[in-house]
Formats: sequence, C-alpha cells, structure tokens
Amino acid sequence: MIRGTIDKIAGPLVVADGMKDARMYDLVYVSDYKLIGEIIELKGDKASIQVYEETGGLKPGDPVEATGKPLSVELGPGLVTAIYDGIQRPLDEIRKEAGDWITRGISIRGLDHEKEWDFIPVAAVGLNVTGGEVLGEVPETKIITHKIMVPPEVSGVITWMSEAGKFNIDTVIAKLKAPDGSTVELPMYHNWPVRKPRPIAEKRAPAEPLITGQRVIDAFFPLGKGGTACVPGPFGSGKTVIQHQLAKWADAEMVIYVGCGERGNEMTDVLQEFPELEDPKSGEPLINRTVLVANTSNMPVAAREASVYTGITIGEYFRDMGYSVALMADSTSRWAEAMREMSGRLEEMPGEEGYPAYLGTRIAEFYERAGNVKCIGGDRNGALTVVGAVSPAGGDLSDPVVQATLRVVKVFWSLQAKLAYARHFPAIGWLDSYSLYTDNLKEYYDEELGPEWVPMIKGAISLLQQEANLLEIARLVGAESLSPEDQLILYTARSLREDFLHQNAFHEVDTYTSIIKQKMMMEVIMHTNAEMKKAIRVGVSPGDLFELPLKEEIARMSYIPEDHLDDIESINTHVISQISDLIEKEQTA
Amino acid sequence: MIREYTTTVEISGPLMLVDRVEGVAYEELVEIELPDGEIRHGKVLEIDSRMALVQLFEGSSGTGIAESKVRFLGKQVELGVSEEMLGRVFDGQGRPRAPFDTAPPIVPEKMMNINGAPINPYARDYPAEFIQTGFSSIDGINTLVRGQKLPVFSGSGLPHSAVAAQIARQARVMGEGESFAVVFAAMGITFEEADYFIRDFRKTGAMDRAVVFMNLASDPAIERISTPRMALTAAEYLAYEKDMHILVILTDMTNYCDALREISAARKEVPGRRGYPGYLYTDLSSIYERAGRIKGRKGSITQIPILTMPEDDKTHPIPDLTGYITEGQLILNRELHKKGIYPPMDVMESLSRLKDKGIGKGKTREDHADLFNQLMAAYSAGKDARELAVILGAAALSSLDQKYLKFAEEYENRYISQGEHENRNIEETLDLGWELLKLLPREEMKRIDPARLDKYWPVSEEDGPS
Repeated sequence: MIRGTIDKIAGPLVVADGMKDARMYDLVYVSDYKLIGEIIELKGDKASIQVYEETGGLKPGDPVEATGKPLSVELGPGLVTAIYDGIQRPLDEIRKEAGDWITRGISIRGLDHEKEWDFIPVAAVGLNVTGGEVLGEVPETKIITHKIMVPPEVSGVITWMSEAGKFNIDTVIAKLKAPDGSTVELPMYHNWPVRKPRPIAEKRAPAEPLITGQRVIDAFFPLGKGGTACVPGPFGSGKTVIQHQLAKWADAEMVIYVGCGERGNEMTDVLQEFPELEDPKSGEPLINRTVLVANTSNMPVAAREASVYTGITIGEYFRDMGYSVALMADSTSRWAEAMREMSGRLEEMPGEEGYPAYLGTRIAEFYERAGNVKCIGGDRNGALTVVGAVSPAGGDLSDPVVQATLRVVKVFWSLQAKLAYARHFPAIGWLDSYSLYTDNLKEYYDEELGPEWVPMIKGAISLLQQEANLLEIARLVGAESLSPEDQLILYTARSLREDFLHQNAFHEVDTYTSIIKQKMMMEVIMHTNAEMKKAIRVGVSPGDLFELPLKEEIARMSYIPEDHLDDIESINTHVISQISDLIEKEQTA
Repeated sequence: MIREYTTTVEISGPLMLVDRVEGVAYEELVEIELPDGEIRHGKVLEIDSRMALVQLFEGSSGTGIAESKVRFLGKQVELGVSEEMLGRVFDGQGRPRAPFDTAPPIVPEKMMNINGAPINPYARDYPAEFIQTGFSSIDGINTLVRGQKLPVFSGSGLPHSAVAAQIARQARVMGEGESFAVVFAAMGITFEEADYFIRDFRKTGAMDRAVVFMNLASDPAIERISTPRMALTAAEYLAYEKDMHILVILTDMTNYCDALREISAARKEVPGRRGYPGYLYTDLSSIYERAGRIKGRKGSITQIPILTMPEDDKTHPIPDLTGYITEGQLILNRELHKKGIYPPMDVMESLSRLKDKGIGKGKTREDHADLFNQLMAAYSAGKDARELAVILGAAALSSLDQKYLKFAEEYENRYISQGEHENRNIEETLDLGWELLKLLPREEMKRIDPARLDKYWPVSEEDGPS
C-alpha cells in the first residue's frame, strides 16, 4: 500500500504528494472519506488523481492510499438486472445505505456476496483447462444461464470440483494445479480491469443482422451482430428513443445499457419499463436480460469517464459465455467531454475544440472491443454489438467526436432535426445514413427472406433518392406538371416514408415489427407501385389512382398485429382488384 | 474553528488569492472583512498546500490586498429554510431583498447546503402527472409533467416574461388536496422586469404561494452563480420535506452562464466554445438535474428555465447544452410574434420529451396522443403548402394543399394564439384540436387509430368514400 497526502484540489482533480511508487491507472482512496479515484498522471512523486466522487470539503494534507490495483469490475452471478453507477456500485444498495441522494465515500461491492446461487458443475477433475473454459453453470434468470468460466490468463489441471449445490459467490467451486505447480482456488466470480479488453480466440466479420424490429434499421440500414453503429443527432431528434427501442427489441441475448452523463429521468424510465415489457422472443421481462450502468449528468464527471469501460467489460464477459450481447452507450459525447474536462485540468495541450489529442484513439479503442468472435476456452461463439449515441454541439456533424466515431463504426444512422420537427420518427435520414454490413448480410437475407428481399430494398431506396431530386423540380413547377411516371414516384416514395419508415415507438403494435411483417409491408408498397405503373402505361390518370381507397388500407398496415399478418396479404388482392377496375374502365372508355 | 488571514497576495476580477493558509477545505465558505467593517462572502475554488483561490460573490471592488481580513468558516455555502419563505422575496444570497421585501429575515428551521446532492437514479420516480398551464400550445402539444425540466428558449424582445408570469399564475396540478407553489429565481434581470413579475404575482394572488429570489442586473454578477442553487434548495425543502409540488422558474439562464464565463476567464482556464468553460454542460446539469420526483415522497420539483438565445441562434452553446440536459424545450418564434400571435410558440421546434407518459387515458384524455400526432403532421403539411403558395401562388395549389394551408392559418390563429388572461383547460384544448382537424378530409387522418377516429369523428353518410 502506497500512502501519500493531498497537495492540491481543483474540482474532480486531486494532486497527491509522496506517490513515487504508484503506477498509472492504479485505484486510490482519497482522504478519510475513502473517495475512489484513479491515477491519470505521474510527475516526480506527484500523482494526479481523477476522483469519482464530490471533492468538496477535502483539504491539503488529507491522506491518499494507492491500492496497487487498477480499477476493476466484479464479474459473476448477480450482474443481470443490476443497476450500477459508473464504477460498478449498485445504485439500489447505495439507496439503502445513503437514502435518496448519493452521498460520498460509500463503498459497496459490485456483486452481492451473501446471496446463494444454484451451481451445477460441468467440468470434471483431471481436465486440463485454460482461460474461458466453463466450469459450471448458474441459472441466473429464466433467460440467462450464467456460465462460470476459468478467468482469462489462468490455466491448469482441475484437482477438485465442487458438487452441485447452493453457494454464495465467494465459495470456491474448483481448484486448479497451475503449470508452475501452485494451487489456484476459483470462486464463482473474478475481477477484471475495465480498461483492458478481455481476450478472444478469433474475430470474425458479422454474418447475421441484429434484428431490432425498427423498420428503417432492419430493412434499410441493418446492423450486424458484433458490429458497431453510431447515432449522431441534435437534441430532440430522438437518439435516446432509438437507444431505448434497441435495448427493448433487439434480438440480443444480453443488453448492457450505459447512460453516460445523460438525464436521470431517462434511466428511471428504463428501470420502470423493463420489468414490465416482455422480450418478444422468450416472453420474459426484459429486465432479466439487462444490466444498466447509470452515471447521470450531475453525478461526478470522472465516474462518467469510467462508466463506458465498466459497461463494455461486463458486455465482454457475457460475450465470453457465448451470448450475443448488445451494448448501448448514451451518450459517448458526454464521455468525451469528461475526458476533455480532465485533460483541461491536467493542463494538457488541447486538440480540436479543446478535446485531448488522444480523443480519436480512445474512441477507436472502445469500438474495437465490439466484435463477432470465437470465444476462448471451448467451442463457443459470442458477439458484442456496440451502438453509441453522439450528441454533437449544435447538431453539427463536423464535431470532433462524431468525426472520430465515423472513422471506426460501420453503420451510421443520421438523425435529422427536420424529420423530427415533422414528427417523422425514427428521424433517421434515408439519404445520408449508411450500413456497410449489407454485403456481409446478403447471404443471411437470401436464405431467410428469399433472394427478392435485397433487390426490393435497393429499389425502394432508389425511389426515395429519385424523390429527393423530383421534389426540387416539383417545388418550382408544381407536382401536377410532372409526368405521370414521376408523379407515381412521388406517390410511392411518400408511401414508403409515411407507411413504412415512419414508426411509432409508443404504439403497442407499431413499436416492434418482425422482419417477416416488414417484408410483407414492403411487398405491398412495391407491388402497388408496380401495378400502378402498369395502369399509367395504359393511360389511367394518376389522380384517379392516388385517390383509390387502398391508400387508407396501406396507411394502416403498421398497426396490424403480428398474429393477423393474413390481413396484410389480403391488401395485395385489394390492390390488384381496385387497380384493374380502373384499367378496365380506361380500356372500355 | 475559524481561521483569519491577512495574507491576501492577489486580487483579480472576482478572484482573490490567499497565501500561507492551513487546513482550508475545497469549496469552503469564506468571509472577507473590509477595513470599514463591510462583510463580503466567497468560496474556495481551488486549494493547494500553500494557497487558496477564493471566488467573491459580491465582486472585488473596494477590497485591498493589505487590509482585507479573510476568514474561513469551516462549512460550505448554506441557506436557512422554513415554510415562512412562501410569499417572501430574497436576494441572491437568501437575504430579504429591499425594496420588494422589507420584512425581517426568516427564522430558519434548518440550514441546507445549496449545492445539494445528485438524486440516486434508482430513487427517482418517472414524471407522469400532467400539469395544466392553460396554454393550448403547451398542454395540447408539448405537455408539461410534474418533475420535468422544460426550458423556454426565447430571444431579446420576445414576450418570455409574460409567458413565464402567465405560467406561474395559471399552472396547477390535477388531483385533490395537492399543494402547489412556485419558486422564482431571477438572475441579472432589470428592475423593470423584476417589478413586473412582483406586481403581477401580488395582483393575481400568486405571491402567496411563491418564493422569489432576485438578482438584478445591477447586483454583483458572481452572485448569479448561487442564485439558482439557493432557489432549488428552497424548492427541495418545500417539495421533499413539506410535500408540495414546486414549479421552479429560472430566468435568465443566459446571464447565469455569462457569470460562469466571467469566473472561468478570471481563472485563465482553457475556454471552450464561445469562451464558455468546457465544464458548462456539467455545471448546468447540476442545476437542471435537481428537477424530479422521488419514490415514496409526495412532493415534486418541475423546472422551467428561461434563456434568451443570442441572435435567436439555437446552436449557441447555452441553448445547445441546455437542450441536451432538459427534457425538451419550448421555443418562442420571432415570425409568429411579428404576426401578433401570443404566445409565439414554435410548436414544430418545441418538444416535451416526457409528454407521452403524462397524457392519455386517466391523465388527460385517451385521444390526446393520436390527436397530437395528427395535428403536428397536418400543421407541417400546411406549412409546406404555405411555402409552395409563396412560389406558385395560392391558386396553383391542389385542392388538398389548399385545405392544409387553411388549416395552418386557423391553427396558428385559434389554437396557438390565446389571450394573456385566457386560461384554457385541457378538455377545451383537445376539443379545439378536433374542430380544426375537421377542416381536412377524413382519410388524411393517418396518425389516428381507426377505432378512435370513428369515436371522435364518426363516418357520416356524406363523408363516406364515394
């Protein structure tokens, strides 16, 4: 234990003397309150410490203790359904201890060490195991079976294995004889430093989409399992609603939601909704597959910096069990601002807009921890998908955080204020968003949705692009002076926007659309387009076509429940009959 | 332990550097005695083993290096609170503010640290109770709920003061036996404006259920840093210890931010955008995030911060960062103001993020959400039609576009616009919405659930598809 004393206090930065033997990123306890901090700079015997709690009332001369260990999280049964602050202290326990407001110097471990879990061994004595290999299982919730793994970087021959039974996480469940001859006792949990990526056997390109139930995402700009996406947008454009929708409906087996420097009420929303909502796949409450990390904007700024690392380390741990994990970070801009604030207090030379010069590196390192991987220790595949919200200053995409993020992520959902004002939600712009996974996922789509899906989507996107050009002309000359074919493009594009892309997150049916229903909806719209095209060719007037009652039926498609999909099928027959009536009329006239 | 020093070595702007101090804590409250006996206050901004940097709340004019006595009081800045605060007017440091209030200081029931502490997100209760402001453009479109923070983005010359006073006067919470009060904090406003508010509150009886904190434009700028925190401390006391629903109105946050910039500049910190400090977001959140509801406690704090956007620019750092913290924003629009529409509420750009859980069956009315979506879509289409009419002439519009154009006009003149003393209840607001929608063809009602449309707009013989 290295002991020093406080020399200087300025906001969340504390400088301590007598810290010659300390190491970078060591965890320290500051003053008699035992405030938690991390060393972020060493100069001579002075250490600069970012403190994760309020520093008001600290004095020069107060003691500082370095633990010699980096900031770590506890990984084991008890993570699922938990809500943590930025440094993995359970907020429910903090409330029990400190009341409704967060006070300082509360030290609570990340996992409950008293609670007993049902442990079922799967490994046997005599087996030579390496990091990641599964020793036993704990049914943590109805959907998540927690695999107790050999910690990474540990290996040996199992000399003793616990029987099945009910144990707390401190209980040793296996003993190994390590290669150096020593005995390693393994309890049900282990610690892992948050800033160090957990090892994997092999990384692969995403081959399966993460189905989110959000039409604009799944159909137009899909995200692969193990991929990365970024959602930048000005305030009020719906970043948080999209993040919540993904956390609710994405077909991941585990969801880690990191509320980084955002609103307290938003976390409460998640906390109150998730126990109520059902996972569409398993029918279980969503909270049973969720871990929340909440460091709201008024909680200490340094802990905000740590919160994204805490979240992604927990995500990697579940990935190592072979699960498909999705992590939502809202918002990475607040994380970057926390870096900027600490950097400013350290008087580092600023890069762009005051952000530290290492901003891009840190962002890239963070997103690189995502991936579709072969896990270490056995034949398991896991995926960690990362979706980061970015809140650029003034909604301006030239913001350094946006630019640094776009350099590493593969999917860009561009939120547009203009769409949000017109209450077109999700406000993901169809012209400048992109997904670089479409090619990787083609094989999956061809198999699951048939070879017609990918060309159909390309056709729809191209219609929307043509619309953008035509609208400019229409503005000058009026829509009526366009050719009938062009009028049809405007008509269908509008239908795509209003009846397919627009989705109401607060409507019980519309909030989630299965990929099958998405395909049916898209088919109706494109089929209508094709039929109308035929009608126009034989001389039916566009005005008559656009007034057909089928329009209203199509507009209501999104509200048809998943168990009544036949109703969408029958729209197609109405489309044919109504349009062919017009064609007949035209031909007999 | 009180320690007195006369070792001031530097005074610059609102900052004072005191040398050879011992045992002084970060953020500690400081008292400075001038030679003539005048007492000023300040707090410790930065401290190392030798020197303390002190920020002076009342500014540094008249302080000298040699004669000032500096005392460290061993505690942080506190406000004495009690229920007697209702009906009173205080200055930015919690003392009765003449000439608005000449009564003796209150007898505090307890002292509270004005910085507060962050509410544990786990202890929060989600805001879901409707607050009726009597404005259709707020209640119907950008509904305010208890525990929300919803700022008003205004510009110089726009009637935000009238809107704020009207909200303070009309706002009420639904439900029996709920007590409601307004905490009003003014930062850097002119005497005229302050006088307007106090007069209006007294005239309408709103003063009896109000606590006012006043920092006028002529008062020390640095005091503006503590004014909103004083107000929120009073609000927290009334809400969480006295079970009241508190609406906190903070005006004008732009002045607050400028005071913060002044200190940052005096400290020679690396400036962020437009010279504001890089921690502006964190600092603002420590004010705004004090709104909320807490599980198991009856009271609530709802905030309406008001700020003037320099040059009506929403991307200016103050409105920008505010918008990222608050749960929506109400934007006043100069065009509408010029057209004579009061309140000049830009309903397209305004947004209340928490409205979804505060409206609907049991809160306002079942049709509220659908009606809202349809009105917004229709108004948007109407505005597009208006743009088109400017280019092509109104006669060239299709018959549908003409209907939308008509709708937009009516919507602005009858729905958004209302009198300065017109208090519409939510039923009136919703019914007016339906009345206006009927200017449009029924099949345009794409955002309304079919069953609900049938209920509120039955298909009659004439309207049926031909």
